Amino acid sequence: MASRFDIRRQTGFTTIAMICFFALYLPIVTLVVYAFNSGNSIAVWEGVSLRWFYQAWNNDQVVDAAIRSLQIALVAATVATIVATMAALATTRTKPYPGLGFKYAFINQPLMVPEIVTAVALLIFFSRIKIWTGYSGLGYLMAAHTAFCIPFAYLPIRARLESMDLSLETAAADLYATPWKAFRRVTFPLLWPGILAGLMLAFVISLDDVVITEFVKSGGQDTLPTYMLGQFRRFITPEINAISTVFLLISILIVTVFFFISRKKDHE
Amino acid sequence: MPEQPGRSAIEVRGVRKVFGTGESQVAALDTVSVSIRENEFFTLLGPSGCGKTTLLRLIAGFDFPSAGEILLHGQDIAPLPPFKRPVNTVFQNYALFPHMTVAENIGFGLEMLGKPKAEVKARVAEMLKLVKMEALSNRRTSQISGGQQQRVALARALAPQPKVLLLDEPLSALDLKLRKEMQIELKRLQHETGITFIFVTHDQEEALTMSDRIAVMSSGKILQVGTPWDIYDKPAERFVADFIGETNFLTAAISGMGNGKARATLKSGATIDATVAEGFQPKDNATVVVRPEHAKLTSGKGDLSGTVENIVYFGTDTHIHVRLDSSETFTVRQQNTRSAGCGFERGDKVGISIGNDAAQVLRD
Repeated sequence: MASRFDIRRQTGFTTIAMICFFALYLPIVTLVVYAFNSGNSIAVWEGVSLRWFYQAWNNDQVVDAAIRSLQIALVAATVATIVATMAALATTRTKPYPGLGFKYAFINQPLMVPEIVTAVALLIFFSRIKIWTGYSGLGYLMAAHTAFCIPFAYLPIRARLESMDLSLETAAADLYATPWKAFRRVTFPLLWPGILAGLMLAFVISLDDVVITEFVKSGGQDTLPTYMLGQFRRFITPEINAISTVFLLISILIVTVFFFISRKKDHE
Repeated sequence: MPEQPGRSAIEVRGVRKVFGTGESQVAALDTVSVSIRENEFFTLLGPSGCGKTTLLRLIAGFDFPSAGEILLHGQDIAPLPPFKRPVNTVFQNYALFPHMTVAENIGFGLEMLGKPKAEVKARVAEMLKLVKMEALSNRRTSQISGGQQQRVALARALAPQPKVLLLDEPLSALDLKLRKEMQIELKRLQHETGITFIFVTHDQEEALTMSDRIAVMSSGKILQVGTPWDIYDKPAERFVADFIGETNFLTAAISGMGNGKARATLKSGATIDATVAEGFQPKDNATVVVRPEHAKLTSGKGDLSGTVENIVYFGTDTHIHVRLDSSETFTVRQQNTRSAGCGFERGDKVGISIGNDAAQVLRD
């Protein structure tokens, strides 16, 4: 079938691909390389050193922000995944009815509304609550992160549910499984890779957020990204590069772990 | 049809199933009643969209009837959810649980019934032996062949010892040779377990070879219920005669009706004996069916006369298509022998003699 269209044989394909890869990865490579710079500049190379990693590690502000980020991401991703799983079950395991499309849109609203709009709205909304209740803890950030993480957790879970053979659940019911037992023994184990994917995605999205966090956080509630943003307003040292590099490593680790878990599940 | 003795396992009474609402309403089942006996291999036969799978799903509990009752040993099960019905299903795509082993799949139903572990284990071993899958009990269902998956699906559905086993076109995904093997296997399993089988298929040959009784369905209605022999030799309606096997339709005038028999005067002027379908109302132009193998071609005069139009060789037999003088077509099936041809050639003037007890008068 020589006549079949194969994009890899088109003129310039290799060149365009190479340019894309450079554009995507060169900045990241530069960032990682300068994390090991022994000098104070993020642009002038002076020698190899782990100095900035040590400095970041010993910087209480960085460590506090990192812990805060992880706390928020953990809570937000977990809650969002539970909500998303329930939402995905409710929207896929039902006969289509008028208004279902509206429900999809409703669940995915955070993907469609500009983040800055949500951020301002939450700022105003939460400041009211702060005045009424006097509470100003991390709960606001966790709630806000949960809200915008839901669609990210929802999409892979729904995709998994939609690709699942419905006759499996029918078969479970036929074999005397009550709806709860059918869910626990058949739907849930098969859905698990989707749930895990949703959780990971939500976790990374939460860890990464700047806009909403910047608006919602109270004083002294910097997360790692907002702390780094704050640093840019002063002078930039390779400490930022070091933090980013660690961030990058954690992300790669999470993706790799997930990849192996999901591959194992699919092959079993 | 007079109800013969034998307790009924399933009795379907005036069941309607309507899908959709308002203008787009479709009656998938139009007031169906049928009684399925205990220990019977009962087949629902019909083309796709005839309602056979809908009826099966209503018996399984995956759908609920819009009207009517479904009795299992005299008890109305129509409102019960599937997990409360002592009825199991073999699905068309098998629907084996991919995250469980063969043995875990087979034991699932018993486990859900809350049977003790030892009992489950013993029963699973017994079922593995019944379907000859002992060696593969710890395999994942994705690691076994289609035919083996079929056996596991059967074992899984039989393990809880259901009162009735429902089979939804379970052989359609298998190749021809495996299908033939599984047909025999299914008959053996039904015989050994003594469970009532309700089998859904669109394959008329499968229905004829496997069933004790067949219900032929079309457009949400059951047209005829009977033994394979009844259905094939004494079809009640044109649809049944046409759907099952090949057949010849002739127009005739009916006289001398009585005792389920009559005299049929064909357009050729010849008069033959015929059996009459139940519910036949006397009318001017009745339809008479004659199976191709129940007629004989002669070079002399027969009940019908015509010209040979086409000769088709099938190995075991030869089909000779004749254009009758009345301009109707008629096919004769003639058994082949090694030594000689069929004895006729295209364009030959031939007679057709119809055997005694070869013709059936349809009711429509």
